[in-house]
Amino acid sequence: MSAEPGERGSDGVLLEVSNLRLAFGGIQALFDVSFDIRRGEIRAIIGPNGAGKTSMLNCINGFYKPQQGTITYKGRAVHQMRSHDAAKNGIARTFQNIALFRSMTALDNIMTGRLLKMRANLLWDALYLGPARREELAHRAFAERIIDFLEIQAVRKIPVGRLPYGLQKRVELGRALAAEPELLLLDEPMGGMNVEEKQDMSRFILDVNQEFGTTIALIEHDMGVVMDISDRVVVLDYGRKIADGTPDQVRTDPAVVEAYLGVDHGPAPAEEKPCISSTPS
Amino acid sequence: MFYREAGEFKTSYAADQAIFPIAQDRIALVVLVLAAYVGVPLIANGYWLDAILIPFLVYSLAALGLNILTGYAGQVSLGTGGFMAVGAFSAYKLAIGFPHLNVVLVIVIAGLIAAAVGIVFGVPSLRIKGFYLAVATLAAQFFLVWLFNRVPWFTNYSSSGVISAPLRAVFGRVYITGAEASSVDKYLFALTTVSLLALAAKNMVRCATGRAWMAIRDMDIAAEIIGIRPLATKLTAFAVSSFYVGVAGALWAFVYTGTVEPLAFDVERSFQILFMIIIGGLGSILGSFLGAAFVVLVPVLLSNAPGFLGLSIRVATVTNLQSIIFGALIVFFLVVEPNGLARLWQVGKEKLRLWPFPY
Repeated sequence: MSAEPGERGSDGVLLEVSNLRLAFGGIQALFDVSFDIRRGEIRAIIGPNGAGKTSMLNCINGFYKPQQGTITYKGRAVHQMRSHDAAKNGIARTFQNIALFRSMTALDNIMTGRLLKMRANLLWDALYLGPARREELAHRAFAERIIDFLEIQAVRKIPVGRLPYGLQKRVELGRALAAEPELLLLDEPMGGMNVEEKQDMSRFILDVNQEFGTTIALIEHDMGVVMDISDRVVVLDYGRKIADGTPDQVRTDPAVVEAYLGVDHGPAPAEEKPCISSTPS
Repeated sequence: MFYREAGEFKTSYAADQAIFPIAQDRIALVVLVLAAYVGVPLIANGYWLDAILIPFLVYSLAALGLNILTGYAGQVSLGTGGFMAVGAFSAYKLAIGFPHLNVVLVIVIAGLIAAAVGIVFGVPSLRIKGFYLAVATLAAQFFLVWLFNRVPWFTNYSSSGVISAPLRAVFGRVYITGAEASSVDKYLFALTTVSLLALAAKNMVRCATGRAWMAIRDMDIAAEIIGIRPLATKLTAFAVSSFYVGVAGALWAFVYTGTVEPLAFDVERSFQILFMIIIGGLGSILGSFLGAAFVVLVPVLLSNAPGFLGLSIRVATVTNLQSIIFGALIVFFLVVEPNGLARLWQVGKEKLRLWPFPY
């Protein structure tokens, strides 16, 4: 993927974050962070542990309320957006530590992702007639498309708590996709996976981006993956944005190298030198 | 003829989403319904109907109600007895106040009143969870029983504080409450009510409504981020659950005992119904019935067992032994299968899927 910024996301900004500040008590989680996400791009958010990446996603989908700054989504300022409003506006996400409904089957988890699209009320549900039945079947058909897409046909009726980790991650992606989101926030979609699972997941993310045109913001620690699949990268460190640009720009940015590998404090042992100049991939 | 899914292929989502997707289940259900509607009235005597089957049905309904709230939506409640009392006393006041109102409507409205009360006492559930919520619902339990004990209007100023169900018919001369009502009519009425409500519950829990409840139970934060409104979902669960429990309370007063005092619905009743769903299986419609059967039938079995075995033990000893064995059985079952009797059934089903092959 060597797309230049703007090449694929040329049709404008989907989400803009400006001067965001978030503090928990005395701890500054985010400090004056500004960046944008363009329509149709894959935007990576990277940074060392505790840099504020997950807090950033939590602000975007209304789970945290930033103390200062604005988030503009589709041209409208959505400072006080609540989580379910975010969902209604087409923002879906996955979590770093899988947040599936463990005792429900993979199919039911994905169907739950479509709840916002369902209209039948309690009484029709109780009778399982008319709109309730029609809706259940129509949404089942859609859920099956996602199951096909993610290649999890064999496990659809198994409670997700019993599935292996990699499959759980996939089901969680499926649940987010079920909402047909415009903006998909992925919090470490490849955390704890082996190389093959990472390759599969990268392929799914790219397919989602290209086939459905979904804009994706992802947090990831595997630099190889980030550099390969993302269009633009924003780097956070201690709650501050330290770099923003294409993977190549970010890779060579001295501030990024410093954040990841430490500063060269004057005269240092000679064997440390090569480390600092190497790229973090 | 084995009981298993192997060889049954579904060609449409409608067939796969059917309420009983397995053919043998459908056959078993038809047999069960026939037995309950035709067989039981033919062979059961008054003792079996009045003292075992009707209470079993009423308890099942209450357990079903609590299971919707605790098993499916994950909101622990110790207020079941209180909501049963609301159903019982509302039904009584309605039946006395509007003598021409059909008893079916009386019971439905009583259920709706219980649902409204349930919503009010469910509001704290937005903020508090688990044991703390259980304590909050315990407040509902004590307050409601106290209310019906202390405010004589609810018992129509009866000096003893006991209400007696008036004579009411579903239609024609089919009386289901009051002294003249026949046991078979009462049984059939309870059976129909419980069957219809169980069917409705099963439908709710396999549709969007039930998935929202289970999502809140399993991971409330993720549910909220998907777009589920926690308060609305929890209050729906409280409303539906209290409706079921209220109808169970109305049936208790009208169909089962005929006369009832507020203390019949004290905290012990709440615990009893909570035990039923824990033994039967949380989050299972079948489990509500199995748990109710266990709690109602095992004591009967235990008190009759010495007679069957030809032993002569003093009555007081039998009563003590009964409590001891019953308690031991509960512990035993929970150790063997913490997820309840319904889970045992589920495991058996999964084994039969592959039997006789190991995998």
